Amino acid sequence: MNDMTDEEKQLVEWLADMYEEEAIALSNKMLLEDGKDPMRVLDLCRAAMDIVGQRFEEGEYFLPELVLAGEMLDNIGAVAKPLIKQTEGGEQAKLGKVLIGTVHGDLHDIGKNIVSFMLDINGFEVKDIGIDVPVQTFIDEINEFKPDVVGLSGFLTLAFDSMKETIEAFGQAGMREQFKIMIGGGQIDETVRTYTGADAFGVNAVEAVNLCRNWMGVAA
Amino acid sequence: MNAPHEQTPEAKAAYDARFQRIMDCVNLKQPDRMPVVLYATFWLAKYGGITCQELMHDYDKLMEVAERSVLEFDPDVTAPHFLNCGIGNVLEKLDFKQLQWPGHGVGENQPYQYLDREYMMADEYDDFLFDPTGFYLQKYLPRVAGAFSGLDQLPVFPGMAYLRLAGGIRPFAKPGVREAFEKLAAAAEEAETFFNHHLEFVQRVKAHGYPLANGVIAVSPYDYIADYFRGATGMMKDLFRHKDKLHQLLDKACTMLTRQTIAGAKASGHPIVMIPVHWAPDAFMSPKQFNEFWWPPFRKMMMGMIDEGLIPMPLWEADCTKRLETIKDIPEGKCIYWFERTDMVKAFEVLGDRVALRGNLSPSLMTTGTPQEVDAAVKHLVDNVWNQGGKLILDAAFGIPDETPVENVRAMFDAARNYAG
Repeated sequence: MNDMTDEEKQLVEWLADMYEEEAIALSNKMLLEDGKDPMRVLDLCRAAMDIVGQRFEEGEYFLPELVLAGEMLDNIGAVAKPLIKQTEGGEQAKLGKVLIGTVHGDLHDIGKNIVSFMLDINGFEVKDIGIDVPVQTFIDEINEFKPDVVGLSGFLTLAFDSMKETIEAFGQAGMREQFKIMIGGGQIDETVRTYTGADAFGVNAVEAVNLCRNWMGVAA
Repeated sequence: MNAPHEQTPEAKAAYDARFQRIMDCVNLKQPDRMPVVLYATFWLAKYGGITCQELMHDYDKLMEVAERSVLEFDPDVTAPHFLNCGIGNVLEKLDFKQLQWPGHGVGENQPYQYLDREYMMADEYDDFLFDPTGFYLQKYLPRVAGAFSGLDQLPVFPGMAYLRLAGGIRPFAKPGVREAFEKLAAAAEEAETFFNHHLEFVQRVKAHGYPLANGVIAVSPYDYIADYFRGATGMMKDLFRHKDKLHQLLDKACTMLTRQTIAGAKASGHPIVMIPVHWAPDAFMSPKQFNEFWWPPFRKMMMGMIDEGLIPMPLWEADCTKRLETIKDIPEGKCIYWFERTDMVKAFEVLGDRVALRGNLSPSLMTTGTPQEVDAAVKHLVDNVWNQGGKLILDAAFGIPDETPVENVRAMFDAARNYAG
C-alpha cells in the first residue's frame, strides 16, 4: 500500500505503534464521519498488522502488543463490517484454510487464540474448534472444513499423548496425507514433534504463520 | 494419625546432612555431593497406581504414596506433597471456581487446570487500591469461591465507628451472610484436616531423615494480579490502558505479599520459599516491560524476604534466557533460581557466582525418552554445570511431569549418584 494519504499513513502508524485511543478515534472518524470505504480502512489495518508482525519477529514486540493489536482490530472491525455493502467485492481471496484446536484433556487456549488471530490477519481462513477437543471431533471438522493445515495446541505434558493419539487417528481415518500438521504450546519441542508424528512445531504465533505460508507456497 | 514420629539420632544426622547440602548450594559452598529433589504433583498418582482424583481427595492414599516415593527414591529433599496435591476436599467445600480438578470439571485421571478469567474488572483498580479487604470480601472472594457468596451483603466497614456500629452490623443477621459463615466454617474444618495431614507428612519424612525442599509457596506481585485477578489478556491490555493504576497495585501487592510470605514462612519453620513464576518468560513481554512492571516489585519482595532470613526460590518457567542479566541483580548466596526451559549451562555462566541453581531435565525427555537418554541428560548437567563449580540442585524442569515412566525417574536418581556422588 504505497498510495496512502497522510491521514491513512497516520492511522497505520498509530495502530502499529499501539496508540489505541488515537487510532480508534481516527478510524471512527474515517468510517462514521467521512464515509470512507470500510474495505479501505480494513486494508489499512492489515498494513498496520504487517508491521506489528514484523516487529514481533524482530524481537521488538511481544505478546502484549499482539493482544492489544487484536483488540484494536476487533473494535475497528465491529464498526467497519456493518458498513460494507453487499455489492462490494467482498472478502479477499484467502491463502489457505487452517483448522486449529486444543487437544483433548487440555483446557488452555491463550496461545491458540493468538495463533488463530495472527493467521487470520495474515490472510488465512481459520476455523478454531476450541479446547479439550476429542479426536472424533477433529476428524468430523476436518471432513467438513477440508483444511490445508491442522494446528494442534496443548500446554500440559498430557497433550503429548493426546496429540499423538489424534495424529494416529488421522492416519487410521485415511486422511493424514490430505493436510499438514503443526503443533505448539508451552512444552512442545522437536522431541515432542517426533513423538507425535506432526510435520512441524512452532514456538510462537509468527512461526505458525510462517509454517503455513511455506506450506501454501506463499513467499514470506 | 497424630502419633509423634520420633527422629532417631541416625535419622537426624541424615536429615541435617541432606539439608546442609541445600544450604551449601545456597551459600555457594561445595556440598559433599550434588543434591537431588523429588518434586512431583500428579506423577504420584501414576507412581502409586491410583487416580488423580484419589490423589487429591483421599488423604490416606496420598500419604501412603508420597511417603513410599520418598523412601524409594531417597532424595535429598522432597516437596510438601499435601500442599500441592491434597486440596480436593477443601476445594469442593469452598465451591472453588478458579480451577477444574479431577472429578470436578476434568476426568478422574487428569491434573487440575486453572481457568484463566477476569476475576477483577479493568474498572475495579480503585476499589482494590482503596480498600483491599473490602474488595476481597464484597467482590473478589464471592467470585472465586461459592462459599463466600453472601459476603457481598456485609456492611462497608471503613467509615463505620462509635454508635454507628450498633446499626451498622445488621447485615450479619441476613440469611445469605449466615449461610456463607456456615459454609466457610465447614470448609475451614476440612482445611484443618487437610493441613494436619500436611504436618503429619512433614513429621513422617522428617523421622525418616528427609527435609522438605520448601516450607511455603508464594507468588510474585505481577503474577498475583495477572493470574488471579485480571486474567492473561486483561493484564496484557492493562500494560497499555491502565499503566498508572497497575503500577500502584503492583506496589501495594508487593507490600501485602512480602508481609504474608514472611509470616507464612516463619510459621512453617522452613526458610526456603518456592515462587512459581509465570509471566517473566522472554516471549511474554519486552525487556522494557519486564524492567518496568515485572522485575522491580519482585526484586523488592525478594529483598524483603532475604532481610528476614528467608531464601527465595523462584521457579522461572519457560525460557528466561534474556532475563538472566537482569535477575542477577540480587545479593550473592541468598537464593535458589530454579529454571524450567532456560539452558542451564547458560544460566550457570551468567548466575553461577550469584545463586544456587535447580532443574532442569526437559519434560519431553522425561515423558518420552529412555532411561539411557535421561542418564545422558543428567551427565550433561553434571559435566557442564556441577563439575564446573555450579551449585546445582538436580530436578526435572518443573518437577517430575505427570506422565513420566517410573524407570526414567529411577534413571534420574541413579545418574545423579553415579556422576556426582
